[in-house]
Amino acid sequence: MNGIKIVVLAKQVPDTRNVGPDAMKADGTVNRSVLPAIFNPEDLNALEQALRIKECYEGVTVTLLTMGPVRAAEIIREGLYRGADDGVLLTDRAFAGSDTLATSYALALAVRRLAPDLVLGGRQAIDGDTAQVGPQVAEKLGWPQVTYAEAMQFEGEKLIIRRRLERGVETIAARLPLVVTVNGTAPACRYRNARLVMKYKYARTDTELQAESSDYIAASRPFIRITEWGVDAIGADPEHLGLSGSPTKVKEIENVILQAKESKHLTSSNADIESLVRELLENHTIG
Amino acid sequence: MANFYTDNKDLRFHLTHPVMEKIVRLKEMDYRDREQFDYAPHDFEDAMDNFDRVLEIIGAICAEVIGPNAEDVDHEGPTVSDGHVTYARGTRENHEALTRAGVIGMNFPRKYDGLNFPMVPYVMAAELVSRADAGFANIWGLQDCGETILEFATDEIRQQFLPRFNKGATAAMDLTEPDAGSDLQAVQLKAHFDESRGTWMLNGVKRFITNGDAEIALVLARSEEGTTDGRGLSLFVYDRNDGGVIVRRIENKMGIKGSPTCELVFRNAPVKLVGERRMGLIKYVMSLMNGARLGVGAQSVGIAQAAYEEARKYASERKQFGKTIDQFPAVFEMLTLMRIRIEAMRTLLYETARFVDTYKAWSFIAAERPLTKEEREDLKNNTRLADIYTPMVKLISSEWCNRIAYDAVQIHGGAGFIKDFPVERLYRDARITSIYEGTSQLQVVAAVRGVTTGGYLAQIREYEKNEIRPELDHLRKELITLTGDFEKRVAQVTSAGNNELTDFHARRLVEMAANIIMGYLLLHDAQRDAVYTASAELFISHAVSENLVRSEYIGAFEEKTLGLYKVS
Repeated sequence: MNGIKIVVLAKQVPDTRNVGPDAMKADGTVNRSVLPAIFNPEDLNALEQALRIKECYEGVTVTLLTMGPVRAAEIIREGLYRGADDGVLLTDRAFAGSDTLATSYALALAVRRLAPDLVLGGRQAIDGDTAQVGPQVAEKLGWPQVTYAEAMQFEGEKLIIRRRLERGVETIAARLPLVVTVNGTAPACRYRNARLVMKYKYARTDTELQAESSDYIAASRPFIRITEWGVDAIGADPEHLGLSGSPTKVKEIENVILQAKESKHLTSSNADIESLVRELLENHTIG
Repeated sequence: MANFYTDNKDLRFHLTHPVMEKIVRLKEMDYRDREQFDYAPHDFEDAMDNFDRVLEIIGAICAEVIGPNAEDVDHEGPTVSDGHVTYARGTRENHEALTRAGVIGMNFPRKYDGLNFPMVPYVMAAELVSRADAGFANIWGLQDCGETILEFATDEIRQQFLPRFNKGATAAMDLTEPDAGSDLQAVQLKAHFDESRGTWMLNGVKRFITNGDAEIALVLARSEEGTTDGRGLSLFVYDRNDGGVIVRRIENKMGIKGSPTCELVFRNAPVKLVGERRMGLIKYVMSLMNGARLGVGAQSVGIAQAAYEEARKYASERKQFGKTIDQFPAVFEMLTLMRIRIEAMRTLLYETARFVDTYKAWSFIAAERPLTKEEREDLKNNTRLADIYTPMVKLISSEWCNRIAYDAVQIHGGAGFIKDFPVERLYRDARITSIYEGTSQLQVVAAVRGVTTGGYLAQIREYEKNEIRPELDHLRKELITLTGDFEKRVAQVTSAGNNELTDFHARRLVEMAANIIMGYLLLHDAQRDAVYTASAELFISHAVSENLVRSEYIGAFEEKTLGLYKVS
């Protein structure tokens, strides 16, 4: 499929995979300052799929789209280091506090403005684990969606997609335009490319440039800019954004502390093993 | 995320050596590429940041892809069918990851799609890849062949071959033959110029060729009919796309099993001449070998680091007599000596890489404009130092790498003798380092020139002048004493006027010089960062006793005793 335009949805998330004791604040919210901000892992799987399509066909472009504070521009740079053509950062105070509904509203408007043929994203983000944003974007665009993808390739006009489901694998064919969410079982994203890193380490949004006041970068590398879009750029209604646009309300947060009494120490003796097997049979964990 | 670059503080320390400012400025010719290439650095800090970021990519690939693949590659190995080699699955994966990361052709100028990196970060990358998988390091490291094409071939040949490295082309240096191993003057592979086709053609057999089925090969062949020595040999470049070479078989080796060692048959293989006829061995292969020797130095440091990591981990987990074995003096002494020797080898490796960088950068500048007197002097001095340091690095690091791998197996006890632990592979992989690209015995032959001409001594005297903090001065005094002793023994041996006696003591003298040089380098490291103080202390105290053994032996040696050693 020569010349298609792909948008990859990506999110900057706190790295919740290696949490220490101070990962949560006393009030039960995530302590973002101690968790490194990373490229959401399954979004990297999605980016890899996009880059593979780009490698196979002429004139394919890959644009990263992310929503977040200015520092989320790092996600765009990470994408550029790996072979994406450009990126758009949706950033505006009005976006703050958005739940999945408000987020997908903003993303869908941005996607409309970018007018791609194919939208790829990770199945879910490791901070919220909702898996809602991809499908919601598809609904808002009125496009078909395919979830849990782990491999895809074009056959003529059709995109043949392998889905990883709980009890097996399903292969389906779909036509563009299309939204696909990609599983962590898909091939890992490639590493950064040396030359692209050396080139795009200077990629900045306008806000970042003003903060750094680096004359050199502004003067000598004008071709390296990350597009920043606010509410106006995508024609969003502020009512549908942020807290006002987010019906999700956190009622209560409970700290679950796993007590030592919930674990049992067993030896490798026959008696211990037998009692464990019996217990598991009785509570129907097995059998 | 595991990363072999960021988990080893020594590398950033050596990368940020003060001499780098000059090396990078010369290599980048005052950063002129920045106008033309969007990835070229605009100043020193920018360039250093680039090296750091690129090494971080390589460090990640080594820790996450190449290292984890090493065991499977060791078991599976490459295979041959229809005269061509297929790499093990892991080898292909490693190669693809590094190609996609764009780190093949690291040293080449940007106009040939290279990164224009100096040797120092390139040698670091070689060390990292070797730590992950020494066998694979050969396949990756043969991008060195591009350096020889760059330095000696015509621009047409450079254009044809160099940009292909960045796209993943592999290379080989086809030198050895069944009857020409250490003695390359005996090479027989026949080159003749085919007038009808207007090209050189090769016929014959090569043996023990690492990565022999590479896309691009530099081949040493006899172009001058009727000659029998090195002056009849020329260097050629072969493109696998042209055909004419098949792999007859691959060797079943003790170690570095992922790297295919090939026997090649050339049947009318069309090739292009590199540089001038008759200069193949005398000039180009010597340059090629110097690069390869530095590469084996890096490989040895990498294997040693890997073996040390395994030993340290095992010793901290294995309990005997109620405590972990790293709490016993017999074991912690071994571990600490392993670490200190690695630090010493590494500081010698990067000192050498800086000499190579400096002379190479001047040579490239000299191709564009005449050098001033001071510049010519600097070129000459660094060339001389690179020439005597390269065999020293190769000798010391390969021998110590073997010793460290041996001790790492020892620390594992019986478990180290079982194939379940990586240290068993490291022990086998280490063994080749003191053999190929010139055996240790041949490195001594090259290095002893630094002893007899006073090259090492002159440089040691330079080191002596460096500023040292008062609390480190006692170490310098020790080294000055060792230097006086070394000078005395050199005079004693050379004054006898018996070449055989000099050859007999050569290794001892080279090792004495090496201990003093590494002692100074560690002392300077401690001067720059106090974290190296203990290493300098321990290394120098060992150097004192190591040199004493050699010195006493030479001192008590009578010329006539030499006869008792002769084998009839």
